[in-house]
Amino acid sequence: ELYSLHVNGTTHDVADAWVGESLLFVLRERLGLLGSKGACEQGECGSCSVLVDGELVCSCLVLAASAVGQAIVTIEGIAPHGSPSDVQRAFVECGAVQCGFCTPGLIMATHSLLEHTSDPSDLEVREALSGNICRCTGYGRIVEAVQRVALWRSIEP
Amino acid sequence: MSQTSSTTAGTTTRDTTVRGGLGDSPSRPDGMVKAQGAFAFAGDLSADGFLWGATLRSPHPYARIRNIDLSAAWKIDGVAAVITADDVPGKPTYGLISQDQPVFATDVVRYIGEPVAAVAADHPETCRRALEAIVVDYEVLPGLFDPEQAIDGSVAPIHPDGNVIRHQRIITGDQSLVGEVVVEGTYQLGMQDQAFLGLEAALAMPDPGGAGVELFVATQWLHEDRGQIAACLNLAPEKVRITLGGVGGAFGAREDISLQVHTCLLALHTSRPVRIAYSREESFLGHVHRHPATVWMRHHATARGEVQRIEARIVLDGGAYASTSSAVLLNAITHLQGPYKCANATIDGYATRTNNLPCGAMRGFGVVQACFAHEAQMDKLAVACGMDPLDVRLINAMETGDVMLTGQVMENVAPVAECIRRVAALPLPDAPVGGRDGDPLDLPGGAGLTADPSHVRRGIGWGVAMKNLMYSEAFDDYATARCRLADGVASLKFASVEVGQGFVVLAQQIARSVLGVDDVVLEPIDTSIGSAGSTSASRQTWMGGGAIDGACRLVRERLFEHVGAQHDIEPVRLAIEGHDVVDTMGTLRIPVRVASQGLVLEETFEHHHRPTEELDENGHGNCHTAFAFVAHRAVVDVDPELGLVKVVQVATAQDVGRALNPLSVLGQIEGGIAQGLGLAVMEELIFTDGRLRNGSFTDYLLPTMLDMPPVVATLIEQPDPMAPLGAKGVGEPPTISSTPAIVAAIRDATGRDLTRVPVRPADICLP
Repeated sequence: ELYSLHVNGTTHDVADAWVGESLLFVLRERLGLLGSKGACEQGECGSCSVLVDGELVCSCLVLAASAVGQAIVTIEGIAPHGSPSDVQRAFVECGAVQCGFCTPGLIMATHSLLEHTSDPSDLEVREALSGNICRCTGYGRIVEAVQRVALWRSIEP
Repeated sequence: MSQTSSTTAGTTTRDTTVRGGLGDSPSRPDGMVKAQGAFAFAGDLSADGFLWGATLRSPHPYARIRNIDLSAAWKIDGVAAVITADDVPGKPTYGLISQDQPVFATDVVRYIGEPVAAVAADHPETCRRALEAIVVDYEVLPGLFDPEQAIDGSVAPIHPDGNVIRHQRIITGDQSLVGEVVVEGTYQLGMQDQAFLGLEAALAMPDPGGAGVELFVATQWLHEDRGQIAACLNLAPEKVRITLGGVGGAFGAREDISLQVHTCLLALHTSRPVRIAYSREESFLGHVHRHPATVWMRHHATARGEVQRIEARIVLDGGAYASTSSAVLLNAITHLQGPYKCANATIDGYATRTNNLPCGAMRGFGVVQACFAHEAQMDKLAVACGMDPLDVRLINAMETGDVMLTGQVMENVAPVAECIRRVAALPLPDAPVGGRDGDPLDLPGGAGLTADPSHVRRGIGWGVAMKNLMYSEAFDDYATARCRLADGVASLKFASVEVGQGFVVLAQQIARSVLGVDDVVLEPIDTSIGSAGSTSASRQTWMGGGAIDGACRLVRERLFEHVGAQHDIEPVRLAIEGHDVVDTMGTLRIPVRVASQGLVLEETFEHHHRPTEELDENGHGNCHTAFAFVAHRAVVDVDPELGLVKVVQVATAQDVGRALNPLSVLGQIEGGIAQGLGLAVMEELIFTDGRLRNGSFTDYLLPTMLDMPPVVATLIEQPDPMAPLGAKGVGEPPTISSTPAIVAAIRDATGRDLTRVPVRPADICLP
């Protein structure tokens, strides 16, 4: 059995996989894309967030085989290789990264938020990112990082 | 911007001569790789030809094992190993303080989730089917779930070591003193989970012929793991080589053995690499938790609010195995006085064994339980004396030189009164009661649109705490580090575990400031150097930092000797200024890069803290190493009809000694407060007869970005002469008194007693 997934602009064949495998499992264990993290397997923590056809989803809740034909973007594909995105730079500069396990999911969610809302209030940031659990930071530096990106983009759109 | 957190830090101790040195907040070296998803966490590690491992766990809280039939599991295609206690070649048990916990249960299981067997197979799904195929014949026994029954002796011992893990009292001063004012209460805390995001994971690689094993694991203390693993495997410690796998948070939950021995055993049995990765559900069962507690306290005071005597009884439920319960109890009873002067006490403490989940280390380590009780009592005392809650704390505030109830003298910088005054001076939130601009997201209950803004009440509460730093009771938790300087580049080797707190950036900062270098290479964190002790007890900055500082200073001495010999200058005249070696009494100035050209200077240093003592039977002894202090103020909005709470702001003033990396300190403060908030209003593992009812992230509630308010923080920087870098540990204090501050604020808004955390809606609206 064989199916193909379109991830970060590249088509990957997935061979001999059990059809019950989640998109998260296939990304990590079959395609070697380890940036998406699993922490709850219930769609509660957002660590596994990826974009599927532009929509932010928890990849632990999506069957890999159901994502055939859709454009999947993971943390590995959110910025050109070797050149971090503004969101990634702001997270590092602002102290929004501690253990870093939630970070890839939060970066995906932040990119998604700022695509739709370029100048969010703090409350809008908190609402938009409330599906992403961080246990280390208490979120203060993350809000700061998101607002820094919004500011950067308003200066140099 | 009013909702954005802010912090004010002293700048007097900042090293401005080297970019990225002490006092600066350089970006952490692992920051970008983590933001890019390229950082290798323990669960990301793999090896050619690896097998998946999985663990069979007891479904009963207390049962005798009559028989285990593995035959059906062996028959499943893809299964490579099925092991039980019979396959443990060495010591059958492990444990941090006493080795009372079986690698696999033998005759008896003592909690739901206790490991009974393990399998290795080609796919997680094969593992799951193999575990299902193992048939264990249990004789279910009546369980012990009530800690009081563990104490009163009414139940036969559930473990050869008995049902009381530790009983310790503190008897000090006048035992009959009765105050003009007496306040009393009983307080309870539920069981909290550390809930780190990066689930337990390990990869074990067997040596050829089973002569040894290499383990990559997310842990808090590599060398302690190694000792326990080696004993169970019947290998010499040096045959067990451990490298830190990336750690996705810890908070105490990785101090005990979980999957380490199982992973190594499966690898040695199959002669293949084995990975074990827990699910969230398994993680809740697979690590120790914060002790649930019941604390009775009675304070005797003068009419002016001066505390004269405390009476207390605290019971911590340690669950089925000892873990660190005896040390948690020590912390609890020795911190029941709080950061307040007191000369007389009658304190009785128990850590019990039951058939509940084992409890051990979690951020705050016994002090969380003590502080929730003593801070509620201070508020009661204020009411009884007709005083302001801050004034009653200020007149009792501990100072350097005070004698604690154990007889130990407070020798640290102790700015308790300053913490209180500084937090009180921080700005209150400008958000109106009931939310900003009528946005329902700002209301208690949030987008549920349930709270009526006109019914919302605001409350303010306070919490103040003292926390011991480093290990206690005669334990020498030393730390080792090696520094090497070659051609202007420093490299550091240590086994201090990075769990997310930012030790890796601090290590670089220390080397930059001491040696005047820019480039600091960090070698892998593993057991090929001496122990650094655990990343816990707010101790790595002091201990691991002290070791790095010491190693770098030794290297600097060697450099000065070399430069001195070359230029005929007494080395003692030389110093580092910026990136240069300079003669403080002359004109010589050479860049470190040039001065160290062609040299390889390497030194290793062990940092030991001062010795401590065990408590005697009356609870006397110099048992603690050092202390830090903190004060919190919480502002909450409450809908009293629905029992909904929104924490609007938490302000804090924290005694940090010296902020070596202010951004990291703020991260610890905000993150710690979030965990304190969780305990105050939502986090609790719920049990029925030892059975966990909410072991998932759907049911165990954690603070989200909407639950966590902005934090206003001020750092009190009074470098502590006892600390190698003047800096106190900052990780635990934020978690400790934030909880009582939030609960006090809810009491202020509702008038309810609220003697239990987490505060549930029914506690507010249906008293």
